Amino acid sequence: MRWLWIDRFTAFEPGRSAAAVKCLSHAEDHFADHLPGFPVMPAPLILEGLAQTGGILVGQAHRYEKNVVLAKMAAKFHREAFPGEVLTYTATAVDLGETGARVAGEARVGGELVAEADILFAFPTADQLPPDLPDTKFVFGGEMAQLLRQAESVAAGASGRPP
Amino acid sequence: MPTKDEVFQKVRSTLVDALNVDEDEVTPSARLRGDLNAESIDFLDIVFRLEKQFGVKIPREELFPESIFQGDADFVADGKVTPKGLAELQERMPFADLSEFRKDPRLDKMEDLFTVDLIVNYLQRKLGG
Repeated sequence: MRWLWIDRFTAFEPGRSAAAVKCLSHAEDHFADHLPGFPVMPAPLILEGLAQTGGILVGQAHRYEKNVVLAKMAAKFHREAFPGEVLTYTATAVDLGETGARVAGEARVGGELVAEADILFAFPTADQLPPDLPDTKFVFGGEMAQLLRQAESVAAGASGRPP
Repeated sequence: MPTKDEVFQKVRSTLVDALNVDEDEVTPSARLRGDLNAESIDFLDIVFRLEKQFGVKIPREELFPESIFQGDADFVADGKVTPKGLAELQERMPFADLSEFRKDPRLDKMEDLFTVDLIVNYLQRKLGG
């Protein structure tokens, strides 16, 4: 399984805010177990999507030159999200610093609030990383690269729809 | 200019929010790590919150310096801060009360300098008190 919990960006204002959507499908494996007979999107995966939206927002603000790691999060949930629904994640930069950033996040289905989160990201320097982790800005490599390009195109004025 | 007690009240509410502690745990002498269980990431959180709460800019390495002793090998010897290191510490952190630390300046005791009162002193200086 790929660790991408947003499908695409729909808005991106560098250094200020970002919006992304995540379509929930029965075909996703986690719905089989969560919960049997009552498939709902696991809350941590909603938070992961919010954190990915916010993490790319703050990563982009530093031109992806920093390691961005999720440091702290406080969340509140308002309702479940079900297969067939589309989650819209919005992340708004509250603080953007040299050593970290704070983002306010919201997940909605249509107009309905599903979850809110206060997310703190830290930017560890090379010597603050665990010894076995290379200083490669690892978060923004691999499968995330395509999303970053898509975020850039939305920031540049594209509609966010597929070409 | 806010009084020391006004600054303390705001620092206390900031720490209650950032560290999930009870108000009565946040006494002036409480140590951020030793008593309030702050972890390294909490220091970043606290700085952001203080900046908002007090409308000040807190530059990196000013309130919670991490690399004071990296500049000179003579600052630390045998796990203890040398007189030269103590002078540097006083210079970089004039808002810290070093009197206790001077008695037994072991490097691993340095985190005990970071108390609620230290934050209050720092902000009072910052706000021109």
